[in-house]
Amino acid sequence: MSGTPPAGPTVTIHADDRTARVPAGISVAAALLELGVGAFRRSVSGEARGPLCGMGTCHECRVTIDGTAHRRSCLILVAEGMRIETGAPSEIAS
Amino acid sequence: MTSTVDASVRIATPPAAAHLTTDVVVIGGGPAGMAATARAAEAGRRVVLLDEGPNVGGQIWRHRARASLGAEARRWLDRLSRSPAEVYHGLAVVDIVPSVGDGPITVVAERHRGGPVDIVHAGALVLATGARERFLPFPGWTLPGVIGIGGAQAMVKQGASFARRRVVIAGTGPLMLPVAATLSAAGARVVLVAEQARASAVRDFALSLLWHPETLAQAALYRLAFLRSPYEFDTWVTEATGRDRVEAVMVSAGRRTRRVSCDLVCTGYGLVPNVELPRLVGCAVAEGAVVVNEQQATSVPGVFAAGEVTGVGGVSLALVEGEIAGAAAAGAVRPDSALVRRRAALRGVAASLERTFAPRAELRSLARDDTIICRCEDVRLASVARLASSRQAKLYSRAGMGACQGRVCGSALEFVLGWAPGTVRPPAEPARLSTLAAAVPSTVDIAASTPTSGH
Repeated sequence: MSGTPPAGPTVTIHADDRTARVPAGISVAAALLELGVGAFRRSVSGEARGPLCGMGTCHECRVTIDGTAHRRSCLILVAEGMRIETGAPSEIAS
Repeated sequence: MTSTVDASVRIATPPAAAHLTTDVVVIGGGPAGMAATARAAEAGRRVVLLDEGPNVGGQIWRHRARASLGAEARRWLDRLSRSPAEVYHGLAVVDIVPSVGDGPITVVAERHRGGPVDIVHAGALVLATGARERFLPFPGWTLPGVIGIGGAQAMVKQGASFARRRVVIAGTGPLMLPVAATLSAAGARVVLVAEQARASAVRDFALSLLWHPETLAQAALYRLAFLRSPYEFDTWVTEATGRDRVEAVMVSAGRRTRRVSCDLVCTGYGLVPNVELPRLVGCAVAEGAVVVNEQQATSVPGVFAAGEVTGVGGVSLALVEGEIAGAAAAGAVRPDSALVRRRAALRGVAASLERTFAPRAELRSLARDDTIICRCEDVRLASVARLASSRQAKLYSRAGMGACQGRVCGSALEFVLGWAPGTVRPPAEPARLSTLAAAVPSTVDIAASTPTSGH
């Protein structure tokens, strides 16, 4: 997060090559947006994509969470020690 | 499932499945699902509520802290937690199999973070799957930083602040007001709110609300919260530009077009009922919404529907419909007459909302030949424009065959090209192979589909 640490309980997450303390109880998508991440994933033709619907419908906010690919980051809350990988190319890109 | 199942194939480790048997299963934990669940559980039935999000409340009552919610939401949260209903979060329903004869309805769900597959067998089903935003494609709409209007609201409720971002809100409907207010309060700079509807239509709608003064007062409060931002009617965004994220939009008011710099664009053109699961069960759908009777019963025996999925009408209507559906699923012979009267009054408001904020014709032609229509498969308009149906689009271009299963492009193309909705097949959401394998014994009779001649 930018500058001051968040108030209230926090958890530590690892997003790509960054480690950050973020408020407990926020979604992975919200945490990534606050960290300034733009490209959550790459589309099948390589375009940068980020969250669109915010409610689990569009699948644009998919990231890899603790090694599991294609997790909808708007539906999953941050957890202590969570590892998030963004910008992964879509599986059928070639 | 094809008829080529080889009886000699054995799964080494049977996939773990958690089977649950219940009287009533409710899908969706927004206001309608909460009301249905509480009501059915209070009637003494065993009730299981399945919800995709991290906690109950749906989109409108999405929260991290209870204290951030209004009195009505807290009252329903309390009522639900006092009831003996079992609530399961963080899972996606991938399949529903209707009952055969006197058998149960079977719901298959997969947890977002892994674990056993949840298979629920129930006597009655209440579908409270809500609605999603309708996104209309325009050049640049796939850039990061272009998000939904309700999407922005949801992201703020999930913990995003958008502090110091310059925001353009462009779309239609009363949702734009609270979102502008929320973003302003969160520290964003709302530089423009562009409403595509005509000023006269919005004024007539506001006048009709004089019978609902609390709604009008609420709208005025929202407007006060972003009073320093321009709020323009007859205005819409035609294009977003930027390199790997949005940097500006082109804003049109008919003949006049101007460029507005921004870091975030919130766009959405009303709400679309989530009818995929109801259609999977075989429920009749008309004009995009599930058809229900006085009891909120669908065309499929034992299956009820409540809330936005039966037609977009807001939280008050969703609660009333949920209560009626929950009572009916628990076995009530006829609906409570006070609830029935309230439902009729609220449905009138919903119909007038839909007329006022219907997307204008100009929005049909914003996408160009090279504009991506299907965001999951990166299919451009030129690849589908001359096709006749969503089925042809799937066969020839893969549009609608990606992760969202056509939920975004399908709703867009129904408006842009006038197509009818496409077919719905299981799995309703992308699922792990292990989920499908675990669900097989409950959904397909392998013995019946295995050819005996091949042995």
